[in-house]
Amino acid sequence: MKPGQVLEPAVDLVMSHENAALVLNQFTDMFAGTGLEAKVWDPSKIAIIFDHRVPAESAKTATNQKKIREFVAAQGITKFHDIRADEGGICHQILPENGYVRPGYVVVGTDSHTTSHGALGALAWGVGATETAAAWALGRMLNVEVPATIKVVVDGDFPPLVGAKDLILYLIGLISAEGANFRVIEFHGRAIRRMSTSGRLVICNMSVEAGATSGIVPADEETERYLREEAGVTDKISPVLPDPDAAYVETIEIDVSRLAPQVARPHTVDNVSAVTDAEGVKIDQIVIGSCTNGRLDDLEIAARILKGKKVARGTRMLVFPASWRIYSEAMRRGYLADLSQAGAIIMNPGCGCCLGVHQGALGDGEVALATTNRNFKGRMGNPNAEVYLSSPATAAASALSGTITDPRRVPGATAIEIASGRAGDSAKGDD
Amino acid sequence: MAEVALRLGDDISTDAIYPGRFMATGLPSETPQYCFADLKEFNARLREGKVAAGSVVVGDSNFGTGSSREQAASCMKGYDLVVVAKNYARIFFQNSLNVGLRLVICPEVEASEGDDLEITTDKVINRTTGKSFDITPLPPARQAILDAGGLVPYVRKKLLEERAG
Repeated sequence: MKPGQVLEPAVDLVMSHENAALVLNQFTDMFAGTGLEAKVWDPSKIAIIFDHRVPAESAKTATNQKKIREFVAAQGITKFHDIRADEGGICHQILPENGYVRPGYVVVGTDSHTTSHGALGALAWGVGATETAAAWALGRMLNVEVPATIKVVVDGDFPPLVGAKDLILYLIGLISAEGANFRVIEFHGRAIRRMSTSGRLVICNMSVEAGATSGIVPADEETERYLREEAGVTDKISPVLPDPDAAYVETIEIDVSRLAPQVARPHTVDNVSAVTDAEGVKIDQIVIGSCTNGRLDDLEIAARILKGKKVARGTRMLVFPASWRIYSEAMRRGYLADLSQAGAIIMNPGCGCCLGVHQGALGDGEVALATTNRNFKGRMGNPNAEVYLSSPATAAASALSGTITDPRRVPGATAIEIASGRAGDSAKGDD
Repeated sequence: MAEVALRLGDDISTDAIYPGRFMATGLPSETPQYCFADLKEFNARLREGKVAAGSVVVGDSNFGTGSSREQAASCMKGYDLVVVAKNYARIFFQNSLNVGLRLVICPEVEASEGDDLEITTDKVINRTTGKSFDITPLPPARQAILDAGGLVPYVRKKLLEERAG
């Protein structure tokens, strides 16, 4: 297989969310006039997760969700996650935590951040609604050109309060928002091998912000640990790994041992600088959560920085856990209590705030610092506002001061050791 | 001949083309009303029918960066706009072909708002400035989808071949 070659790969999983309403429309249209029954190719390989506008913000959304539920029932789609606290959450967390994605799988989704699932050694990419409808109908992707691959080798040990989000922001700043367009980013090196699946989900999630078709971390012991211990997978896992003589179009080496916390400034994700160069910017809204940084380790670092302290007056803070499973565990461990006692609002898991469709909109002239993945003009619901992006540690430290703040300045913060989500460490373990 | 109705720069995101807050609207018949909604004047001209079919939106690099929302392609298709840019973000590029929106890859394009362009099979000719610029052909696998009128008719044909057989 060579870059540029055209394939029609079979898919192992096709994911969508509220966007399934449009997929459904296009799917029905594809069968129109054919005399064929509009049945999906394999209802066990389709996942639909309500996460963009939950619970519905409008009659239109509610009606679309209703149509999707009826379709799910009629087609016998099994991987459906409704608006329920015993199964719901953001698609890019629901897929991993339920063991729906395995190493070597081909995964597509109606969401650009479908790249997330490369964290488990799958080849995963985002597509539009019509292409998803084609996958529902045919079980394969049409006219896919094999992308070239960029190898990113990440060595060194992360300094305290610096992690996966800082690494990926730094990389995007380095290669630009189109630096990996039509290419795959494959992550290697000691810092990746030692990184938890939670961190790998962050770097693969945001690979698309460099334009990448997919981000991928070759499956290893940590992948298997995550799938067995956290996702409850019991059947055989068969990784597909890079060939020893694999050809890469480019190799980028990064040593994280001296990396500082990073911030992306408005209005492009590649407008990146060290936090030290952005300190002092007044923040109206802090957002911690989303498909990028709403996992247990993200909530833990925020809780431990804010425990016993207060979110600055004049700044509001919203927390969106990535799934209800994470919400429940964060509640059990006391993180949510620590955050809410500091003044943060604990929201229900969902994506709506990040793209400005459901709660947490910004006012004219307001500035947000968010652990989400995009800061385009108009993001978070208002073209007359600004969004900065950072890690949860930087966002929590900034909540204390109400201005962008280097988390390493918070007294005692550099000594915090995160209990959750570390490689080789069960998230179910005790603190 | 087609007029450059809108001249944009680098990294035009799908949020700029179709703001996220209108995402609850998805059907191609309904998305055009929000096309470039945050460029209020241009959006108003589109809705009032003052932008002729075939008019051109010109961008520079990484046009359509960001989300997978197909609304960003279908909203422009609704007005039969043509996009000319130096290069495109992958998902937007594929979505556009899938919904039948005409995209032209023109790495050296120079054009200003109001210029008259002639787009041939291999060149963009700026009749206002007299300069012409080469078009990079679409990869054949993708051209096939556009030629079929988009992915829906393309798949319909495959379904008939595969399921009816």
